[in-house]
Amino acid sequence: MANKISDETIEYVGILAKLELSGEEKENAKADMERMLDYIDTLNELDTEGTEPMSHVFPVYNVFREDIAENGDGSGDTLANAPLVKEQGFKVPKTIG
Amino acid sequence: MDICSMTALELGEKIRHRELSAAEAVRAYLARTEAAEPEINSFVTVDAEGALRRAQEVQKGIDEGIFSGPLAGVPVAVKDNLCTRGLLTTCSSKILSDFKPTFSAQAVRNLEKEGAIVIGKTNMDEFAMGSTTETSYYGVTRNPWNTSHVPGGSSGGSCAAVAAEECPFALGSDTGGSIRQPSSFCGVVGIKPTYGTVSRYGLIAYGSSLDQVGPIARSVSDCAAVLEVIASHDKKDSTSIRREDYDFTRALTGDVKGMRIGIPKDYFGEGLDSEVKEHILHAVKKLKEEGAVVEEFDLSLVQYAIPAYYVIASAEASSNLARFDGVKYGYRAGNCDGLHQMYKKTRSEGFGAEVKRRIMLGSFVLSAGYYDACYLKALRTKALIKQAFDSAFERYDIIVAPSAPTTAPKIGKSLSDPLKMYLGDIYTVSVNLAGLPGITVPVGQDKKGLPIGMQLIGNCFEEKKIIRAAYAVEQMCEYKAPKLCGELKNSAGGKSTCREGGRQVWRDSMRQ
Amino acid sequence: MARQYETVIGLEVHVELATETKIFCGCSTRFGGAPNTHTCPVCTGMPGALPVLNKQVVEYAVAIGLAANCEITRMCKFDRKNYFYPDNPQNYQISQLYLPIARDGYVEIECGDTKKKIRIHEMHMEEDAGKLVHDEWDDTSIVDFNRSGVPLVEIVSEPDMRSADEVLAYLEKLRMIIRYLGASDCKLQEGSMRADVNLSVREMGSREVGTRTEMKNLNSFKAISRAIEGERQRQIELIEGGKAVRQETRRWDDNKEYSYAMRSKEDARDYRYFPEPDLVPIVIDDAWIEKIKERQPEFQDAKLIRYRREYGIPEYDAQIITSSRHMAELFEKASDVCKKPKKVSNWLMVETLRLLKEHGMEPEELRFSPENLAKLVELSEAGSINSSVAKEVFEKMFSEDIDPERYVEEHGLKTVNDEGELNEVIKKVIDSNTQAVSDYQGGKEKALGVLVGQTMKAMKGKADPRRVNQRLKELLS
Repeated sequence: MANKISDETIEYVGILAKLELSGEEKENAKADMERMLDYIDTLNELDTEGTEPMSHVFPVYNVFREDIAENGDGSGDTLANAPLVKEQGFKVPKTIG
Repeated sequence: MDICSMTALELGEKIRHRELSAAEAVRAYLARTEAAEPEINSFVTVDAEGALRRAQEVQKGIDEGIFSGPLAGVPVAVKDNLCTRGLLTTCSSKILSDFKPTFSAQAVRNLEKEGAIVIGKTNMDEFAMGSTTETSYYGVTRNPWNTSHVPGGSSGGSCAAVAAEECPFALGSDTGGSIRQPSSFCGVVGIKPTYGTVSRYGLIAYGSSLDQVGPIARSVSDCAAVLEVIASHDKKDSTSIRREDYDFTRALTGDVKGMRIGIPKDYFGEGLDSEVKEHILHAVKKLKEEGAVVEEFDLSLVQYAIPAYYVIASAEASSNLARFDGVKYGYRAGNCDGLHQMYKKTRSEGFGAEVKRRIMLGSFVLSAGYYDACYLKALRTKALIKQAFDSAFERYDIIVAPSAPTTAPKIGKSLSDPLKMYLGDIYTVSVNLAGLPGITVPVGQDKKGLPIGMQLIGNCFEEKKIIRAAYAVEQMCEYKAPKLCGELKNSAGGKSTCREGGRQVWRDSMRQ
Repeated sequence: MARQYETVIGLEVHVELATETKIFCGCSTRFGGAPNTHTCPVCTGMPGALPVLNKQVVEYAVAIGLAANCEITRMCKFDRKNYFYPDNPQNYQISQLYLPIARDGYVEIECGDTKKKIRIHEMHMEEDAGKLVHDEWDDTSIVDFNRSGVPLVEIVSEPDMRSADEVLAYLEKLRMIIRYLGASDCKLQEGSMRADVNLSVREMGSREVGTRTEMKNLNSFKAISRAIEGERQRQIELIEGGKAVRQETRRWDDNKEYSYAMRSKEDARDYRYFPEPDLVPIVIDDAWIEKIKERQPEFQDAKLIRYRREYGIPEYDAQIITSSRHMAELFEKASDVCKKPKKVSNWLMVETLRLLKEHGMEPEELRFSPENLAKLVELSEAGSINSSVAKEVFEKMFSEDIDPERYVEEHGLKTVNDEGELNEVIKKVIDSNTQAVSDYQGGKEKALGVLVGQTMKAMKGKADPRRVNQRLKELLS
């Protein structure tokens, strides 16, 4: 296998993705990712020189809405599924400290 | 009169002509669902109470002439990644195990405006990531043709429910084949429309640039009629496209005379099961007999579609699924020390293995140092794949392909080797990358009695051509229901089923 | 001899745009309101919700870009910036990285006697985050998404500033331009304008760029000044102590006058930007740009040139008046009506500025009409009211925009020009204030003031005090 994923990389990606993997999951993830990356490497066989990256398949531009207020008090719906509410806001562990 | 074996259009007609009431239709399907679910597990949630209440309203609307369309009073099952107002929407994930949306997806609203009645939410691979419906937090769905096999995925619950006659039609979503492949495995018809045809508003995103909502039913006519209803230009979805034609049912002619059909050689070589190949080519032969012009050609780039697809879909998924963090909705892990631990515990406990695998891969391919080599390379590959299709459609009206390399595998055989599972998407993912429409239509069964589907791919906005050809194929290969349906018909009205873990809850009120 | 250091500063300025609704949904942008009332599925990151771009945001952004001499990107796109934080409901922010709406501009600042161009690297559109309120008692924070999705432009300068004064001049200039456009009220205290300071130091004369830090949480011009001085000192001390400056983000605490590193191992600062698949590109063609250009107001520089030619008011006054588009337009319209630009200018420069300062108001908040100001000038110049009455009328006009003519009429404030009546009153005052009269005649000049005051009182203020003074002197001589 050409690609090697280090423990640090898995750790780092875990921080980016906010996922905490167990020891076994980490080993599996490393093996999976190495295989996938080898597979993704096959794209290098392809000459894409001069080809623009295509994010949207259709040339659709300028889809706008007018600057007109449409929504009223949305707090009821917004908070309807909240795991923890306090003073009409979402309660989370302290963010600064 | 067996209500459950009717097509959606037949049922709609009977309701419109007052031969049946909406409530009768709903009750029949709820009874069938109750009988089938212990075997199949197509549903995450069955909303018996809501459906019966809605049936009364719709009936009133029919009587008053408010609902006069072909789907008025017809029950529908909706994939559990489409938001339904006030009705549990889980994406078959633990992380959304108690999520009740405050609005309905536009596709669902379009159906409800026509008087269709949502009877429940169907099982799927968690967040639509998978090809077997085995990654659901709410248990596997079984294939009605043989319950030791998978129904395919990720819209496995919708396809199994349609095949098992638990509903006349269903909505699915297709990011890399998630409508077409399970339709093939379950012997039903499913359409993945041109990107932008059906609003994605209210579809819980997996790969935003690839996702499309589409219909699943037991006939091409039903699928065309449902697509006609769910397709719309929606101002809430910036990628929604205002089309000139929405009258898909006009293509139900079966006339393929002079239609130019391309057979990509690369799709019928190594890796394709010989029985699958044989059945599809047999159907092609029949189309030729009806006057179609058939030609083999090299599509090229086929082997690059899957790596490109997994890079793009995983990257978008890693970002789309970031919002599930325990703050605003859904599962939240307890006993956390600080914000970051809350995030990590919530997500690690809330997501299943396949979802985590793709989020990790997606985060990696977007991370500093890999973006150009992985992500941009995949977007360039996508451009080349689109070009390859563009030039093919200069010569052909439609392209014929398998929907999957094999018939439905046995439960438990696929998840151990993810890469191999991904390879099963080889015939479907490029259609999503290029934004094209595709339809799966059944063409027979293998020796084990498992259904085989054929995929017809059209150029952008040319659904009508694939519907026309699929209708012709359907005329040649008569629809067969799985044996199970006959058995269920006889056992309907059994005991009420209540399951704790699996979410389904029946109420006695449904049996009258 | 101690080494000399030069400070190199670049700014990232966030400006909240004055649209009615948020950037991607139809929720109100109004400041305040109970938590989460101005929210919907889109601006709270509900599963299945999708963004649709507010056209007015593009129009304001192009207008600001043009005013700051930028190149407008003809096809621009949005990207997702991925990071986890509770005020960021989707855990990605929709922003622009690869193709921002405007690039390569500049604004000219004046600092002391020198003019200087501050280059603008790029300007992009993005969505604002929600607000976090911290509860000290139970170690929790509360998230309010009212501000989530309010449109922002971020203006990124080149590292062209060398002092706090230049930074403030640059910010003042940006604020003036943006207010001229009506694109934002740019209030630092309310957070509708926010500046992050990128700062490094280097030895004077060096060409090399030092390691920079980014400073956040600067809520006033004073805080920015203090933070720049504080950070400069901190970096110099590090360098002189033989230590390296770390590239990091720091949070300024204006009470303690010190900055703290915002460091965490959970902060990877790898934002994994990629094109936002839910939004389509924006194509800005010549016709659109022309339309926006036509609507651009006359900015300060052009006004100053014209004022010299048309109004002939002092350069300093013109500078002050044109620093606010609203005040400049008040001036122009009032002057055009009464044809007395110098008098109009005086009212603005003296009484108006005094009252603004007293009330802690911005010139944009002036509510009286130019027509009323012109009327006041005319009343006062015609001698119809005396100067103290004029001030009183002006104050009333400042707070309630009354019509001065009608007000003077209704309250009987017109100066009495009837000599007979005045003489009679003065005679009575002289008769009943014998002490003051003899004091004055005995050489106490001050005593005259008492008599003037008594006369004015008897006339209920409607006399011209200069005339009273003069007449008293004549009668007592």
